[in-house]
Amino acid sequence: MSSNGIRDQVAIVGMGCTPFGERWDKSVNDLLVDAAKDTIESAGVTLDDIDAYWLGTMTSGVSGVALSKPLKIDYKPVSRVENFCATGSEAFRNACYAVASGAYDLAMAIGVEKLKDSGFSGLTGIRPVGDGTDAALSSPAAFSFVAPAYAHRYGVDAEEMKQVMSRIAWKNHRNGALNPRAQFRKEVSLETITKSPRVAGDLGVFDCSGVSDGSAAAIICRAEDAHRYTDNPLYVKALSFVAGPGGGASDPEYDYTTFPEVVRSAEDAYRQAGITDPRAQLAMAEVHDCFTPTELVLMEDLGFSERGLGWKDVMAGVFDLDGDLPVNPDGGLKSFGHPIGASGLRMLFECWLQLRHEAPPERQVATVGPGRNLGMTHNLGGAPGECVSFVSIVGPELSD
Amino acid sequence: MTGNERTGILAWGMYLPYWRLQRAAIGATLGGPAGRGTRAVASYDEDTTTMGVEAARRALRALRGSPPDDLYFATPAPTYLDKTNATAIHAAVELPEWSGAYDLLGSVRSSVAALRAAQAQAASGGTRSLAVVADLRTGLAGGPEERDSGDGAAAFVFGPGSTDNPIAAELVAHAAVSSEFLDRWRIPGDADSQVWEERFGQEVYVPLVEAAAAEAWRRAGVVAADIDYLVLAGLHVRGVQAAGKSLGTRPEATVADRSAVVGNLGAAQAGMLLADALEQAAPGDLIAVVVVADGADVSVFRATDAITEVQSGRAALGMSTVADSVGAGRDDLPYARFLTWRGGLRREPPRRPDPERAGAPATWRVTPWKSGFTASDCRACGFRHLPPSRVCLRCRTIDEMDPVRMADAVGRVATFTVDHLAFSPSPPVVGAVVDFEGGGRYRCEMTDVDPERLAIGSQVEMAFRVLSTAKGIHNYFWKARPVGTLTDGSGDERNGDA
Repeated sequence: MSSNGIRDQVAIVGMGCTPFGERWDKSVNDLLVDAAKDTIESAGVTLDDIDAYWLGTMTSGVSGVALSKPLKIDYKPVSRVENFCATGSEAFRNACYAVASGAYDLAMAIGVEKLKDSGFSGLTGIRPVGDGTDAALSSPAAFSFVAPAYAHRYGVDAEEMKQVMSRIAWKNHRNGALNPRAQFRKEVSLETITKSPRVAGDLGVFDCSGVSDGSAAAIICRAEDAHRYTDNPLYVKALSFVAGPGGGASDPEYDYTTFPEVVRSAEDAYRQAGITDPRAQLAMAEVHDCFTPTELVLMEDLGFSERGLGWKDVMAGVFDLDGDLPVNPDGGLKSFGHPIGASGLRMLFECWLQLRHEAPPERQVATVGPGRNLGMTHNLGGAPGECVSFVSIVGPELSD
Repeated sequence: MTGNERTGILAWGMYLPYWRLQRAAIGATLGGPAGRGTRAVASYDEDTTTMGVEAARRALRALRGSPPDDLYFATPAPTYLDKTNATAIHAAVELPEWSGAYDLLGSVRSSVAALRAAQAQAASGGTRSLAVVADLRTGLAGGPEERDSGDGAAAFVFGPGSTDNPIAAELVAHAAVSSEFLDRWRIPGDADSQVWEERFGQEVYVPLVEAAAAEAWRRAGVVAADIDYLVLAGLHVRGVQAAGKSLGTRPEATVADRSAVVGNLGAAQAGMLLADALEQAAPGDLIAVVVVADGADVSVFRATDAITEVQSGRAALGMSTVADSVGAGRDDLPYARFLTWRGGLRREPPRRPDPERAGAPATWRVTPWKSGFTASDCRACGFRHLPPSRVCLRCRTIDEMDPVRMADAVGRVATFTVDHLAFSPSPPVVGAVVDFEGGGRYRCEMTDVDPERLAIGSQVEMAFRVLSTAKGIHNYFWKARPVGTLTDGSGDERNGDA
């Protein structure tokens, strides 16, 4: 058994990302064309130069034709992939491996989701014909188990826990306010967040990520070819993807204060990238803040905080834009929005901007510099106890 | 076994739903006089089938040895036509595959047929038979049917006596008269019944009941004054009461009908009151059950010498009495919610997709799990899987599992949440992670629950409910509910710290 990784074998040489939000004016095809166009311009190539495509979408299209038709792709391989909320990351990962294998010179990973056209609140799933025994719980309800479990285990009182959750939402809204592509571009006061109407358990409306439309894409080539396309490529240091046995909901040992899948994928990614102290070595992290307690637990599962102390780091501002380790400097799922298939690539897009010092000055994190220039994307799909987790590490320099 | 053995009632169970509607709440909403008392109300996720399951579970709880060979289910308010409803009960209580399960649908009188069929089957075949009666009474808003009726179910096991399950009461005689006239009627699908002027029914019913009773006394070799417990049931209340007074039984023999608290249970009324009588009777006591519906049926049972042993055995199991069940429940159901549950008030649905219908093949494949809440235990390491799994979560052994029924297990709430987003006919949905005594964890919906009173560690039991209804398919599965609130005895001793 091994997960060998492809450290420094492939590079990202172009990226694009549409504004996320309620894009009533754009169809799925429009979003795909917008993201693909930005991305090829970013890499200075044309669609003819791309050898193969991976399309990530959960509910907005099926098969490669969902991409080949709007882009009028000229008889090239297009794979449509899906992996819950980590769908965009799955597209990226497959494109990287295809290039690393030598099969293709240039591949595009593109993710898209159009959630708002359904007319429903929140996420709606796609399920095969079932036996009717699944509980009707919504996503926020499934994740709402985390907050009281964490508070109970680490002796955080309920009010304090709510403050921690609110602070995470406040930080991500504050970051998103500086991001012209974000769905919500307004700061929100702690009081408003704390008092927002309950959706499930202790989760208020402001503890939940934005339901939105959007698309993002990346072009990948072999590392040695990167400078043909750009002076500032990002090299892929690690890609880890795990699916767990999904036993959390039936395992009395599981206590909802951790996502074992995240722990495993982070360990694997750190090993691939040679990271031993993620909090010090990473310059930034984009993590899957689908709900505020999720981001809290991720700080511990990803090794940024000691077990049981993540909430203190949150309150101390460690993960703020100007903190020791900025987390979700683009606003995260919370305020950038969460068009499922696009989110993993949107996270990567922020690394693309930040690590290459192309983020707007008001959002550029100070932690990126010589000797500390690695970025992480972390993408989670599913629910506590039964999920998939993806971690990538990227950086602007080849390792020694 | 032969057909010559003595047979009779071996076990019984009664189910009253958790909710009570105060009759005053109807007047307060609609205007008009404030009624007195309450009625029992099936929750939004209950129907006659689920209530029948609960009554059957209670009846079978005291039964040792072989399960019933036949099941007769009577209700005027069936969930399905064409499709047998009794098979859902059969599956939920996990009767053997080779036993029969039959519906007797339509009128209150069908409930007599269920009891007679079970009794006759037991007597002729020397086997055990289960009779289940259930009703869910509906009527137009503000009307007497809505106000005075109630929902509930009862179940009886008939069969030959055994050491573990002696006969509690024997059928001594039965007499029936039938009469074709319009007392009440309902077009299939309608939410309300129509009734002719009450005095007409009374005039017709009283002589019919007198005739049936006289014949029953004659066949039993008794006189009216010998009757120790007189059960009077029927939806024509004036006729029932007038007939009861004309029979010549001792006034104190009449079993209190409980209608002030639970309402008239229709097809389940006689079952509830018979159970009540059985729980009080002494050896040798005579119990007459009079059902007034499209004629009259009079059955005379005699409590055996073993009745005391049966009663104390039930108490030892912690089973509650009818009196306990009547006195339990929660009586602050808002009238608007009651109307919503019964379809009388169309409410704005959440902006969420309608529930998907459950697929017939997928459902059929998992019948032991879905109907019987049967989990799987790993033979290699003992880990318990809910739902059952072919690969062990703990040791990864494949296909080495033993089924284990969890429907009657109790558990504790490991954590819970109130979900305002999920679709429900009666939001919000309360979801809980339940750790069962003896092992196993399951995440499920809760029902009959006040989230304000729920806590981590609260004790819960499983209840058979309708999870959702889509495209005419009623999706039955199990939910957790707090222990003790029905005073059904299954968790009374463990209810201390909930």
